[in-house]
Amino acid sequence: MIELPQVRNISRRFARVWNRNLVVYRKIWLVNFLVPLFEPLLYLTAFGVGLSALIGQVPYEGKELPYVVFIAPALLSITMMYNAFFENTYASFVRMYYQKTFDAMMATPLSLEDIIAGEIVWGATKSVIATAIMLFVVSLFGLVEYPHGLLILPLSFLGGLAFGAAGMVFTGIVPSIDMFNLPIFLFITPMFLFSGTFFPTDTLPDWAQSISHALPLTHLVNLCRMLALGEMHPAMILSVIYLLVFTVLLFPVALIVMRRRLIK
Amino acid sequence: MAEIVPIIDAQDLRKVFNGTTAVDGLTFQLFPGECLGLLGPNGAGKTSTIRMVYAFSPMNSGSLKVFGIDIETGWREIKARIGVCQQDNNLDPDLSVLQNLELFARYYDIPKKDAKDRARQLLQFIALEHRANDKVTSLSGGMMRRLVLARALINNPELLVLDEPTTGLDPQSRHQVWERLELLRANGLSILITTHYMDEAYRLCDRLIIMDHGKILVEGGPADLIRRYAGEEVVEIVNPGREVREFVQTSGFMHDMLDHRIILYGREDDHLFELIGEQFCKEGCIKRMATLEDVFLRLTGRGLRE
Repeated sequence: MIELPQVRNISRRFARVWNRNLVVYRKIWLVNFLVPLFEPLLYLTAFGVGLSALIGQVPYEGKELPYVVFIAPALLSITMMYNAFFENTYASFVRMYYQKTFDAMMATPLSLEDIIAGEIVWGATKSVIATAIMLFVVSLFGLVEYPHGLLILPLSFLGGLAFGAAGMVFTGIVPSIDMFNLPIFLFITPMFLFSGTFFPTDTLPDWAQSISHALPLTHLVNLCRMLALGEMHPAMILSVIYLLVFTVLLFPVALIVMRRRLIK
Repeated sequence: MAEIVPIIDAQDLRKVFNGTTAVDGLTFQLFPGECLGLLGPNGAGKTSTIRMVYAFSPMNSGSLKVFGIDIETGWREIKARIGVCQQDNNLDPDLSVLQNLELFARYYDIPKKDAKDRARQLLQFIALEHRANDKVTSLSGGMMRRLVLARALINNPELLVLDEPTTGLDPQSRHQVWERLELLRANGLSILITTHYMDEAYRLCDRLIIMDHGKILVEGGPADLIRRYAGEEVVEIVNPGREVREFVQTSGFMHDMLDHRIILYGREDDHLFELIGEQFCKEGCIKRMATLEDVFLRLTGRGLRE
């Protein structure tokens, strides 16, 4: 039997689930703010001061960029990915499995689909918050061109939805919380390294370049880098479409696997 | 006379999990203001049944109407009008006691202001006002259970569904919960409850359904069930000898013959205790009232369900 995602079960009430997570987030907002505030400083010091001396300029799209200018947008993209992916894997799994928060919610007028949608949108919201803080920090170093740089914020929402939906798919299928190591090892870490984050993808062999271009983070990094450099390019539309399609495909899959897991 | 619309109208409910039938053609009704208890050993299908009633799990076949609304199409409205205490204490550990109520109210679309008022009222009702801002993880088991009950009342439900509401509580806490449930019942709230405690069922329920293997065994008022299936007076004979066994077998009294014990069920005017006591046992005979536990064990057997 083919299962269809019950998209019509999503109502505006998903915002209540989102709100619940926001209330919890605000309780320890200071801790939540510290990571995106200081993490870029660590990276910029290590890579910018330490590695820059060895590397010097990086060729990118026909330009020579100082290494810190090259990696700053990548740090933003990685933040988007991590915040949404970890929220909708570990944190959602804890709420679902250990705290039985979803079970309690399902006894109210909320549908399972409201809950999952609320969780994924929350993951994307966390991505936006962390990106905004980090954007502020790297902007202080003059690493972002404005006004283009402001578009990084809506982009962090889209990126958050994409990686949140992917995370939720894993949450729907992993037997135990330790099993998240597998998608992280197979999916997140390779992207962290090979998506044009710390070096341009065109230094890779052709086959590796094709793989890299199939990864969502590559597109997010490209978009972020162009915006930070203050450039607009028609090819950027393709990357946006890629991320939209990725989200639109994975979101219903997340609904299906979670329904299969929780509705018995 | 207008016909009374039952709060729950379940017809031939069936639920199958991976090939095992948990609920096997269950038909029952719950009428307004009634407290209906579902009793049965582990795996009898009680929780599966009530999960279908609060639209948590879909049925495989049959028809189910709650408040006269079909659950397949009207689940959201039905859920908005029901309060549920699930078996686990699934309070939100990330939130305070008060927030647990306030945010839960928001899931029902209750406006913020009303949610606040209602949460305060309910905290008073369960005598936890002084713990409003504490973490739920700091509460005792009994307090958590009361909070779960308060949370189930946040939407002013017309039907309260309770899945083993006092399992694991100390006697004081159980009585605390019972007193509140009795108050709610007196106010006309309809209640569907599952329990393993016969004293709880006897005290709270107007009507009982004893079920096993997904089917209804018997149905009726607690006192009526006791009269029908365990008589009025019970005599237990410990370590019975051969003569008394033979006597009981030929006497025609309702009885259970166990390895080291005979249990005899009779009417008050049967004078069982005098009869047996004089003839057979100088000691080791116990006379007591028939209870719901007798009914339960007689109907569902004494074998372990594991």
